[in-house]
Amino acid sequence: MNGLLEHFNYAVVIFLMMLGLYVVFASNNMIKKLVGLSVFQTSVFLLYISLGKVTGGQPPIIAEEDLHAATDGGHDVVAEGAHQAADIIYSNPLPHVLILTAIVVGVATLAIGLALVVRIREVYGTIEEDEIDALDYERNLEGAAK
Amino acid sequence: MQVMFLLMTMFPEWILSHGAASLVVIPLILAVLTALNPNAKLAWATVLGVTVLCVFTSLGLLLQITAHGPIHYNMGGWKPPLGIGYYVDGLNAPILLLISLVAFLCTIYALPSVAAEVEPKKKGPFYAAFLISFAGLLGMVVTADAFNVFVFLEVSSISTYVLVGMGASRDRRALTSSFNYLIMGSIGATFFVIGIGFLYMQTGTLNMMDIARVLQDIGSQDRVVRLAFAFIVIGLGLKLAMFPLHMWLPGAYAYAPSFFTTFLAATATKAALYLLLRFTFTVFDPSWDFVATAIMILLAGLGILGMLAASLQAIFQNDLRRVLAYSSVAQVGYMLLGIGMATTLGLTAGYLHMLNHAIMKGALFIAAGAFWYRFGITQVTDMRGLGKTMPWTMAGFTVAGISLIGVPGTAGFVSKLTLVRAAAENGWWWAIGVIVVTSILAIIYIGRIIEQAYFQPVPELKGKPVARNEAPYTMLIPLWILALSTLVFGVNAEWTTSLAQSAAHVLDAGPNTNIPGAHEVMPVVTGGH
Amino acid sequence: MSPHVILRVVSKLLIPLIALFALYVQFHGDFGPGGGFQAGVIFASAIILYALIFGLDEAKRAIPPSWVRIGMSTGVIIYGGTGVATWLLGGEFLNYTFFAPDSTHAAGQHWGIFAVELGVLCTVASAMVAIFYAFGSRTTELTDEDW
Repeated sequence: MNGLLEHFNYAVVIFLMMLGLYVVFASNNMIKKLVGLSVFQTSVFLLYISLGKVTGGQPPIIAEEDLHAATDGGHDVVAEGAHQAADIIYSNPLPHVLILTAIVVGVATLAIGLALVVRIREVYGTIEEDEIDALDYERNLEGAAK
Repeated sequence: MQVMFLLMTMFPEWILSHGAASLVVIPLILAVLTALNPNAKLAWATVLGVTVLCVFTSLGLLLQITAHGPIHYNMGGWKPPLGIGYYVDGLNAPILLLISLVAFLCTIYALPSVAAEVEPKKKGPFYAAFLISFAGLLGMVVTADAFNVFVFLEVSSISTYVLVGMGASRDRRALTSSFNYLIMGSIGATFFVIGIGFLYMQTGTLNMMDIARVLQDIGSQDRVVRLAFAFIVIGLGLKLAMFPLHMWLPGAYAYAPSFFTTFLAATATKAALYLLLRFTFTVFDPSWDFVATAIMILLAGLGILGMLAASLQAIFQNDLRRVLAYSSVAQVGYMLLGIGMATTLGLTAGYLHMLNHAIMKGALFIAAGAFWYRFGITQVTDMRGLGKTMPWTMAGFTVAGISLIGVPGTAGFVSKLTLVRAAAENGWWWAIGVIVVTSILAIIYIGRIIEQAYFQPVPELKGKPVARNEAPYTMLIPLWILALSTLVFGVNAEWTTSLAQSAAHVLDAGPNTNIPGAHEVMPVVTGGH
Repeated sequence: MSPHVILRVVSKLLIPLIALFALYVQFHGDFGPGGGFQAGVIFASAIILYALIFGLDEAKRAIPPSWVRIGMSTGVIIYGGTGVATWLLGGEFLNYTFFAPDSTHAAGQHWGIFAVELGVLCTVASAMVAIFYAFGSRTTELTDEDW
């Protein structure tokens, strides 16, 4: 039980991940599939974000005075300022930046997916996969070997 | 060697020092200009120019690494592991050249093919999406930053979904195929990024060489590292159409515009396969027990299953492009079998087959597009008499087809022979049996097509046989360049084999932990993104 | 007089403020949290709010779709152009130091990030509006009365 509480973030991530994947595989409706895909991707965002948390860490912004001290001199002084700043614990900003990129990728995927669903709906008149398969049955028969 | 040095002097210094970055940057920047360009001819000319430039650049890089060893390029002047590094060595330089060359030949072929398949006002965006996809593939191959790989993977995939969906003006099933590809592709990419997340969790770095260095300290017993490996292999497996994960491929190949199918078939799975090689052999350590088991059981085992199952499925298809698509899945099986042996010869064979397969599949899909362009033919049973109505196109198809079967004197034979030699060296006699069986299956599915084309009478139209109607030169030239190169590389395989050997040496060397100039102090700069 | 008077008046007040806040996030990105991505989305939300309240046609009159297309490309060109400029100055791609190599306080880095973030703002805002326009301007099969 204690272990579960310590790794609470992972429990949430795994739950969302499984939920998302299940929705993608189990649903017949294309919009629901995309919703599942988004939930699945979001679980990964959470995984990364929780990686960046450092116990007792501050937001990773170098304090004003350190920055001024740093920008007064050249690169060496800048590096020195960074060393002074190293005494303070910061949370890790890198996973946040990575996930910002991944969110943009996710938005793009979702937009393309929805655009395809709109087109499919216009062409087939349905977004249920089994109905689409039924509509394409004749065409698929042509493709089979005779 | 002297020829190489002579060739190298032809390249300006700039290309040699900034080539790695310009391979990605130039297509991306010109893609947005192409998107705004209302003139389809000018858009096409831009794409042609970009691909020519990329061919030269990647050739320059290849010559440079053979002469001087691997190239490191630091994006923004930030040294790895903090900055994003680009890295070119014997493993990825041939693939860069392959992607650029295929893109160049496809672009020539695109002029008539795209004119017939894409609405005029969509041509600018179509070519732009192609350039983005092209840049994404090159980026995947050239980058040495694990997260950067994910970004480029998605850049190329997202534009691929769009381009596959563009086939809807020919066949509405393009839309559902594209949707399926989107779902499968996104799951694959997300699995990959989960794996990268786990690696980052354990190593605290994203640079591939730095990951490899830290992993050496962590060792093979760490559970998170094992998990990361599993996620990465499955994610990349989806992208490279490893046998049970290949379900997106036939639809995407069969209904995309024929120009894009050609490009996709010849390059996309190869780039993903390269990443699999890069991660399993040079980031993780192939001598670790779980990596070795995965290579042996998973890659070789699934490779064998894929060869058999997909070749059988290819026989029962009637859509020409679906036949070729299933055959692609089977050929990926050959490559995985070679890699699964994990010996120098096996890796050489797998890599060589990857290069050769790209050439022959490119030719086959160009010919398939030409049949549709002239006669609207997509089904194998409609191909009667094509040997007389389109003799040059059909001859090119046949040359590439017999190379796919592996007839002596063709490139396909060279790579299959290397594979057989590797299997014999390993004592995997059953693998040789499977190679023979699948080659016979290939004779059946290619033979069926050739039989229709040459031994069936020309169909009649209004009481007269259909007149000869050859494909335009813009299709014939790229087709025959590819078809002749399968013959050339079949007779004299020295160059391709040496490329494959140098790639195999990179893989043999194991984890690459060599980061020049790492761990120097960086200036602190604040800024958001 | 159309309905939704309160919505119209309030949003007229809010939209300029949202746009201003976007610019604040943009320019503050150099010193704290913020930057082009966030600013672009906030800026796009101002336009999308306008379209929701006053209708898509009005929004398209204010920000024509052709501007949006050009905006998307311009952003990428600004970003890529910054990199090409550093090439021309003799550095690696996007090595901003080459904008002001003699600077003692990394002025080149500040200039470079400023330019790149401007490109990001431009592309993200335009792309968000473009997605909204693309989906919003499909003719619906259900009319408003059917709801």
